[in-house]
Amino acid sequence: MADRRTLQAEMISAHSGPAPGYGMQRDLEVCKLVDTTTCIGCKACEVACAEWNDLPFSPTTFDNTYQTMPETRWNFWNLIKFNEHQNPDGTIQWLMRKDQCMHCADPGCLAACPADGAIVKYANGIVDFNQENCIGCEFCVSGCPFNIPRFNPETKRVYKCTLCSDRVGEGLEPACIKACPTGCLKFGTKDDMKFIGEERAKQLRENFGWQNAGVYDPQSVGGTHVIYVLHDATDPERYGDLPKNPQIPWSYTVWKWLFKPVLGTFALFGFLGVLFHYVTSGPRRTQPEPPEKDGADANINV
Amino acid sequence: MEFSRRTFIKGTVLSGAGFSALGFDLTPVYAQTQSLKISRASETRSTCPYCSVSCGVIIYTLGDKAKNAIPQVVHVEGDPDHPINRGTLCPKGSSLAQDIVNDRRLLKPQVRRPGSDHWEDISWDQAYSEIAQRVKKTRDDTFLETDAQGRTVNRCEGMAFTGGCTDTNEFNYLVVKSMRSLGVCYLENQARV
Repeated sequence: MADRRTLQAEMISAHSGPAPGYGMQRDLEVCKLVDTTTCIGCKACEVACAEWNDLPFSPTTFDNTYQTMPETRWNFWNLIKFNEHQNPDGTIQWLMRKDQCMHCADPGCLAACPADGAIVKYANGIVDFNQENCIGCEFCVSGCPFNIPRFNPETKRVYKCTLCSDRVGEGLEPACIKACPTGCLKFGTKDDMKFIGEERAKQLRENFGWQNAGVYDPQSVGGTHVIYVLHDATDPERYGDLPKNPQIPWSYTVWKWLFKPVLGTFALFGFLGVLFHYVTSGPRRTQPEPPEKDGADANINV
Repeated sequence: MEFSRRTFIKGTVLSGAGFSALGFDLTPVYAQTQSLKISRASETRSTCPYCSVSCGVIIYTLGDKAKNAIPQVVHVEGDPDHPINRGTLCPKGSSLAQDIVNDRRLLKPQVRRPGSDHWEDISWDQAYSEIAQRVKKTRDDTFLETDAQGRTVNRCEGMAFTGGCTDTNEFNYLVVKSMRSLGVCYLENQARV
């Protein structure tokens, strides 16, 4: 049973009104910190993720890099992306970034999801998929600014990193965090992770000559619960398509904040109109035939 | 028109059904995450069998070791109390559960005879006795009491011993004692436990 405090539901996809019970306790936001400057690309986090979540075997793809496969899969939620970036002076940077769900504070997948309870954002920041409520429409796939949810054609459900909500709910750190041998992955409260990340970025700027080092915590999605320390925070794209300014597609914003409430209200009015008509005028009945004036009456009465 | 009791009840039921159909659900919705798969599993401390770093691991086994429960390893992860790795593991160590629960895991001794092209299964007793016979024969054949200059050395150059990374201090003490008593001087070990 999940810990009520850390895994209290805060938002529920396609659910009218607030999540029941939310706001009754003090919030504790959790966060993963990924220091890309100390990652050695050992992939212990990939294996630990697959082990803990009992993910079935997934064949790897060799594409002339050390990367396990080009993109995450429905059964491979955590992928180290290897990137070679050429600096203006001709030198090469070999960059490694742990790619997984970012657990946005304003999740695009949840905004896009039309199934009640398929996507839940907990008060601690974890965005989790409940596959038993998923209808497999893949709106979350197009709603995600980070290209993370993956559709399994066999089960017709969508899967992604859960930030080990089962472990975090019991007070443990996620499996990837625990495995990391270099300590480039850290886990704790959002405030602590931001503090540690900023300290590290400051160290990189002042002692290591990375003038643009910084923390990646995009505010365009309300901040994320996975944050990165980057050598160059002004150009996150070089770390394997990390968007500089991630955006939820506007169509989903319009759908969720305009069409859905307005059309829902219209539907409610329509239903109330029908009900009102039924209560005031009664059910529709077949009109009695007007009696004929000739001798037909006599025949019927006989 | 008449507004009877029956009409009122009908209207109430219909509007209630309409509200719930439109999403006014009064059932409380609580978070339903999957339960922790190791919450009541038995924890066994062990050492990763791969490299000489000798990381500590915890093996999580199904059940509470009750008499009628058949144990089964469900998960392996780093031991946070171990001073070497403090809970972390490399990718190879992280996959230890698959090393234990594996169809192709070797569970009994096998031997490949000289000139043979395949491995054959033998019993533990047969393995022990064959090893003992070969140790005896090798020692008898290659034992040197004196070297070329006539100095007493009492050594056996035909054998060597190598130990694994999970060997403990106590085990290694016994290894050195028994091997030295045979005259073996080529002793190597990668244990750091």
